[in-house]
Parts: sequence; structure tokens; C-alpha cells
Amino acid sequence: MTENTNLVEGRTGLWEVVIGLEVHAQVSSHSKLFSGSSAEFGAGPNEHVSLVDAAMPGMLPVINSYCVEQAVRTGLGINAEVNLVSVFDRKNYFYADLPQGYQISQYKQPIIGEGSITIDLKDGTTREIGIERLHLEQDAGKSLHDQHPSKSYIDLNRSGVALMEIVSRPDMRSAEEAAAYVSKLRSILRFLGTCDGNMEEGSLRADCNVSVRRPGEPFGTRTETKNLNSIRFISQAITSEVARQIEILEDGGVIDQETRLFDTSTGMTRAMRSKEDAHDYRYFPDPDLLPLVLDKAWVEDIRANLPELPDALKSRLISQYGLTPYDATVISEDRETAAFYEAVASGRDPKLAANWMTVELFGALNKMGKSLDESPVSPDHLGALVGLISDGTISGRIAKDVFASMVETGESPDKIIEEKGLRQVSDTGEIEAMIDTVLAENTDKVEEYRGGKDKLFGFFVGQVMKASKGQANPGMVNQLLKAKLDG
Amino acid sequence: MSSCLDLSAVEAKAALTEKKISATELTQAYLDAAARTEALNAYTEVTAEKALAMAKASDDRIAKGEARALEGIPIGVKDLFCTKGVETTACSNILNGFKPVYESTVTQNLWDDGAVMLGKLNCDEFAMGSANETSARGPVASPWKVAGDDKSYAPGGSSGGSAASVAARSSLMATGTDTGGSIRQPAAFCGVVGIKPTYGRCSRRGIVAFASSLDQAGPICRTVEDAALMLQSMASHDPGDSTSVSEPMPDLLKGLEDGVKGLKIGIPAEYTMDGMDSAIVSLWEEGRKWLEDAGASCVEVSLPHTKYALPTYYIVAPAEASSNLARYDGVRYGARMEGNSLDEMYAATRAAGFGDEVTRRILIGTYVLSAGYYDAYYLKAQKARRLIQQDFTSAFSGVDLLLTPATPSAAFPIGQKITDPVTMYLNDVFTVPASLAGVPAMSVPSGLAANGLPLGLQLIAPSFREDVLVRAGRAVEKAAAFSAVATGVAGGRS
Repeated sequence: MTENTNLVEGRTGLWEVVIGLEVHAQVSSHSKLFSGSSAEFGAGPNEHVSLVDAAMPGMLPVINSYCVEQAVRTGLGINAEVNLVSVFDRKNYFYADLPQGYQISQYKQPIIGEGSITIDLKDGTTREIGIERLHLEQDAGKSLHDQHPSKSYIDLNRSGVALMEIVSRPDMRSAEEAAAYVSKLRSILRFLGTCDGNMEEGSLRADCNVSVRRPGEPFGTRTETKNLNSIRFISQAITSEVARQIEILEDGGVIDQETRLFDTSTGMTRAMRSKEDAHDYRYFPDPDLLPLVLDKAWVEDIRANLPELPDALKSRLISQYGLTPYDATVISEDRETAAFYEAVASGRDPKLAANWMTVELFGALNKMGKSLDESPVSPDHLGALVGLISDGTISGRIAKDVFASMVETGESPDKIIEEKGLRQVSDTGEIEAMIDTVLAENTDKVEEYRGGKDKLFGFFVGQVMKASKGQANPGMVNQLLKAKLDG
Repeated sequence: MSSCLDLSAVEAKAALTEKKISATELTQAYLDAAARTEALNAYTEVTAEKALAMAKASDDRIAKGEARALEGIPIGVKDLFCTKGVETTACSNILNGFKPVYESTVTQNLWDDGAVMLGKLNCDEFAMGSANETSARGPVASPWKVAGDDKSYAPGGSSGGSAASVAARSSLMATGTDTGGSIRQPAAFCGVVGIKPTYGRCSRRGIVAFASSLDQAGPICRTVEDAALMLQSMASHDPGDSTSVSEPMPDLLKGLEDGVKGLKIGIPAEYTMDGMDSAIVSLWEEGRKWLEDAGASCVEVSLPHTKYALPTYYIVAPAEASSNLARYDGVRYGARMEGNSLDEMYAATRAAGFGDEVTRRILIGTYVLSAGYYDAYYLKAQKARRLIQQDFTSAFSGVDLLLTPATPSAAFPIGQKITDPVTMYLNDVFTVPASLAGVPAMSVPSGLAANGLPLGLQLIAPSFREDVLVRAGRAVEKAAAFSAVATGVAGGRS
């Protein structure tokens, strides 16, 4: 491993942060992991509950093969080994929204073994983060404690929904890396279509294992902060947890191995339960389900039909369009962005296209609080604008005005340029006439220039552009002006 | 006096087809019999109205010449099977008032074949017991009595209500479930036929779970032929049960009378224990002779791990039960006791809802799965289970069937063993190995103990060979010519 440059400075010296993440990703599937009921979000309480989900007596789980396929697809997408034999276990504990009194999960033999993903950091570098395993499990229902003064309400819509738990190696060394990991994992899942990655709706949640140590020393005691549902919260939770741990250690204390919760109002974590209170889950193989046996050819078929993933797309954007790693990372974050970009760049200057998309378009969308699929500017129109800049029809500066109108009206750049008469003037005679007028009005400055004051060249360019209302072709203005002044 | 209660199911079927009797008459006769034998406590609920409606529908079909395999045959259902709209409690207080909105696959198969539902039959609470004494609905009395003895005898368990009712002729056939002997042992105690099919033959969907890897439904009937007929209908591949098998069931009635000529039958050396009833030892000898006389050859075989079967069973079954019964928490259905917190509500509900034996097994199961004990108990038991399975595999490489006693003793008086769980557990010593191996086995009434109570012989076949099993069972039945009828039988001795 390369040397860690992310060390944190404490009062008594440097500390290294060690982070491992357990991400729970809801499998994109119409029905639940072991029942036929709907797994869609947003139904009324207990509308998506089958006899199996409610654990009625004698009701049995039957595996949903599509969820298995999705887990395999995800495994292949994170370069992991697919275990052709895996086992479902019961994790036993009592809770009001856990109807069976156990969660069906995979413990000793998960469906997916070791893999890795490459994370992209802000400085343009990448790092490889190891994945320990991915397993399938059921989600629990939801307890609502605020609906009645003395009763709790139970909503079992989520009960039995398929989750993939993706466990990383303790390979991350900063909150930034953890955020980059979740962001990359989310893009991979979205590219694969195996999880919608919607963190607000709870489709993607992370548990953060954090510890600190002196560089070169063995791992310190870790804490686990549960159920973080945004990348910002993940960063905040890690940052506050690291500070808390360093302070305790520097004061001569010890870290308790415990489960913690993140308080979104304070941005801090607080203890939930200690190791001593930890459940004994009494895992054992679920006798209602046979071991899950996959056909190798079936797995290979899924592999052969995997879509292009973020890393491959990023490399292609770099090689095919000559983009910088940074632009390529931004554009390859999701498939829709990449498709938009490729439509804009098709047959045009790819770097100019990337620039207009990541700076101007994203800037405008950000300001409006809109996402790319709500963009008033279509890829065709943005592409046309890039084309008009490249062929000299309009200048870059005029283009910004045109773009502003495009955002406002959704019209094509051609129409806007036509209506506002913004076409660039490239007629030599017309430009020469304007130059002559400017020079005639500023004879004193012409004298000074010819006397050696070169800096005044910019002044003349500005005057000509002003006279043309910005529509003169700046290159031609430069060239013709130089000829007249020096000639 | 000849009564329609004397007819076997196959005979009744013929009488119905020939219109010598109507399904309504037959059903009414059984409802009356159930009322006359109420003191046995075999039924938890008689569904008379439903029974007569189903019988009427059967009569209509028979009239139209559309009779199905079990058309008009009155059947009792062990209370472990969920029956739509009819209270199903597994004879536990924790499920008081629970009326399923669904039907178990096995009972649905029976109704689809025209059977008539008489009602729900008593059993041990959650099928945990060997005497039907753990039932929250009270014990069942066997219709068998010992001459000169007033005591009520246990019908065996857990399918005690099923066996007692078939023996008492208050049902023509009954469903049972067998986890470690819960069909075969009560069948033996009550002088009736019981089959535990290959694991996976009958769907577990809609059967209240005890130990998922062992639970199997099967028939309890008066004759081997009836049992074959009923099992044929109960068994099916069910996509709603992942452990259900797709292997097609052979036609069990087709070769039933073909005999055992040429079959090789193993006599396992290990199926004996200290204090075993001498009548059972000689019955076993006799059974061997019957089969040899019918043309089979018998050889001594060894299943060396048999002695580990009972301890293995009493780890595996409670472990699974401790988890399977976690759903009875008072939150969604069944009984609930109030508490000041969720944990208090759980504790109060489960303490009030579960009886002693169920509580004992939940505690044992929780213990053997706990961190630090899992390897020593549960994991070791799984290894022992594999060795026991291998015993059967290697035995069946040399023989077609095994012949053993069904139980180490005849029935005992109610109350005699309930205070000593280990003695009670020993009842299952000969039935548990086949359960652990998943192979099909049956108990055939074959003789009487010195006190006049019935004794059964057990036949065990390789997986999916129910055809060979019932064929041999029929041969034993013929040779034994078991004709004794319980004293408590509904119509009196005929």
C-alpha cells in the first residue's frame, strides 16, 4: 500500500484514520426477496404485505430469482467472485417490525465473495478499495412511534424487501475517500440497474466502521455508526467520530467498541449500544430454504451482457474525446450524464463540449435546482451551440448570452441568434470600415501606439468590438487592426 | 350389526360409487360417531356444517359421475394444518382465536380430491410431545383400554387426536404430521396405519412449523390401502415450499398387492434397547418370518450411528423450533398479554401462551444455538445427522427395505411419563432415525402386547420409494391379520 498522506494532526502527533463501510443497497426488483408482494416505494401503510411478509403460521419463503440475478450482476460489476453455492441463514432477534422473529440473511457463505472498486479522488488520482463480500438479506418493516400517545404503529411494506449488504475492507483513510467510495459504488449500482441509489428514500444506507491509530501501528478499536443515508452525513459522521476518538485517546482514554447513531441536528455521533449489549443472533442455516446453487453458464451469460460501467466509460471518454480525468469522472458519474455528453460532443469539439456541459450547463441547472433530465437545454441544442462557436458563427462571449436565452426559453441557438441578430461579423470590408472609424476618432492614441505604446492595442480591439456590438469576429479584428496600425 | 363406520375408505368409495350409501349419510354417521366419542377429546372442533355442505357437493358430483379420488370420504385434520376460516391453534393458547385466511397445500389437495372435512383434531402443542398430553386443549384418551383397568391410556403423539379418532372410527382417515415419529408412534399405539413419507413429498406450506428440516405430513388410516390412497392425494410438488420435491410420486395403489417376493429386507441390529417389551422382540421376529414366508429374504444390517439419533434429534428439532416459534410474539395475531414495554409484552405473551414442554424446547433450542455453544451442540448434531443419513444410504445399497419395531413399548397410561421428559423422549427412539435421514417409513399394526394393547412394526424405505414401502406394508398387514378393534370404538365391536 502506498504511504498514507491523509494523516490527521492531533495535539500529540499524527493519527491515521481507518474506515470500512457496510452499504445496504435495496435491490431494484418489482417484488420482495422471498414473497411475491410489491417492493415499490410510497404505498400506504401495510399495502404491500403478503402472508409470508407478515409471518403467518406455516407460511414459507421462496427465493425471488430476479433478486439473485441482480446480486450476481452487482458482484460482477464490482469485480468480485460469484459463489456458485451460497446459504441463507436466520439471524434471530425480536423486534416488533420483524415479523418472523428472525431476518433471513447470508452469514458464512455469501453469494458474492471478494472484489474491489476504484475510487476517484478530487485531485484526479484513483485508489483501489477492497470489497470483502456481498450478501442478500431481507429488510425489516418500520415502527412508527409518533402516531399515538401510547402505541407504536407497524408498517410492514418494507418487510422482506431484498437488500444487498456490501462490505468493504477497512481500506479507506479519510472521510473524502469514504464519500468517494459510496459515490462510486452508487454509480456502479445505477449503471448496472441493480439499485436506484436513492438515498433519501432509503434505497442506499451505510454503516461506518471507524477507528484511528498511530501510523504503522495495528488497528485501533472501532465504532460502528449506523444507518447513514446521505454522502454528506457519512462525511460528517466520520469527521466527528475521528475527532472524538482522537480526543479520548490523547486524554489517555480507551475507545469502547460500540454501535453509535448519527444525530443530523448536531452533526455528531452518540452511543447506541455497547459490545456487552450486543445481540447473540444465533445464526443458523434457514431450514426452509435449500442452499442457493447457481449455474456457471448462467453467471457467464450475465457477465457477457453487463453494460459499460463507470470506469470503462471514464477511460473511453479520456481516450475517445481527450477529456481530462476530472471531466471524465464528472461526466461518467451516471449513465444519463454520459449519454447527454456524448450527444453534445458528437461531431463537435469534445473538450469544448465538456466545458460547456460541466461549467455552463451544470452551473445553470444547479442555480435552478434542477437535475439533468429536467434541463431546459436539450443535448441537440447545446451541441448546436458548441458547433456555432467552433465554426465562428458566434464568439464565445456572444455564446454565453445565447446560452442564457436557451436556458430561459428552451429555444434552439439558431433561432435565438437569428431573432436577436447576433451572428458574428466576419466580413472583411465591414470590419475594416469599423476599424477606420475607430482609428479616425482616436488619432492621438494612434500616435502614441506608433510611438511605442504597444499596450494600447487592446484598447483599439475593445473599441472595435464595442462598435460591432460584440459581433465582430475577434480573430479577424486582431489581424486587420494589426495590419492597419503597423502598416 | 354392520355399520357404514366399518367400511375402509376404499370400501366406502366403492359403496358411494355404487350409490349404496350417500356421502351425506356417511358424513352424518361420522359426525354422530364424533359426538358419541367426545369423551376421548380427539377433536378440538367438529365442523359439522362445513362437513355436510362438502358431503352434499360430493353427492352432486357422484350423481353426475364426476367423483374424484376421495369423493365423499370424511377426514379429520390435525390442528397443525391451517384451514381457511376454521380456528387453527396447533393446540397452543398462543394461537387462541387464530382463523387463517388460507388453506394448507396438503388439505387443499384433499379437498380438491373430494374429501369431506369433519373437523380439527387434537395434538401435542406445536406437535411437541409423544403422548398428546402437552395439548392446551387437554389430553386425548386412546380408545384402547386394558381389560380390568379403568385408566385412560395415551394415544401417543403428537398426532394423538388423529390416531385416536381413526381407531375410534370417529374419522375415516386423518392427516398427521411427523417430525420425529408423530405419525408412526401414535399409529402404533392406536392399532392403525401411519405413513411418514420422504421429506419433501408433502408440502409444508400452511402447516404450523415445528422443525422445518424434519416436519412431514402423512396419512393415518385404518388400512395400508387407505393410507396409500390418502398419501397419493396429499403429496404434490408445491412451488410455495422450497423444500418440496418435484420427483413424481409413483402410483401407490397399482402394485400394492404385488407382494414382497424377491425383496431384500434388512433387520438393523441397533433397533433394540434395555427394558424393551418382550412382546415387541417376538413380534419383530414374527414380522421377519411373515416377510420371508411371503418370499422376501431378510438379512442382518448395521446402522452404527443409530444411538446418536435421539440426542441429535433433541438438538436439531428444538434449535429450529426456537426460531420457528419466534413469530408468536403477540404483535400480529393470536393471543397478546399487555406489558409496559415491548419486551414486557413479549415476555408476558409468550409466558402465558406457551406450555411447559414448548417452553422447554425453545430454551434448549436457544441454548444450543448460542454463541459459544453452537459448535459443540448444533454443529456437532448436524455432523451426526449426516452420519445417520450415510448409515441409511449404505444400508440401502444392500437391501430394499428395513424392518424394525415402531416403538419400544405399547401405550402407557396418561400422566405416567409426562413428568419425566427423557423417558418420554425415548418413545421416539426407533422413529427418529428415519426422520433425520428424510427417508419414508410407516407403522403397521401387527400384534398385541400382553395387556392387549396394540403394537406396530415399522418399515423404512429409501427416499422416494413409497411404492415399495406400502407394498411391503400391505404384506405385513395381510400376514399379521390384525383384527383387534379398540374397546372405545364409536359403533361398538362389530
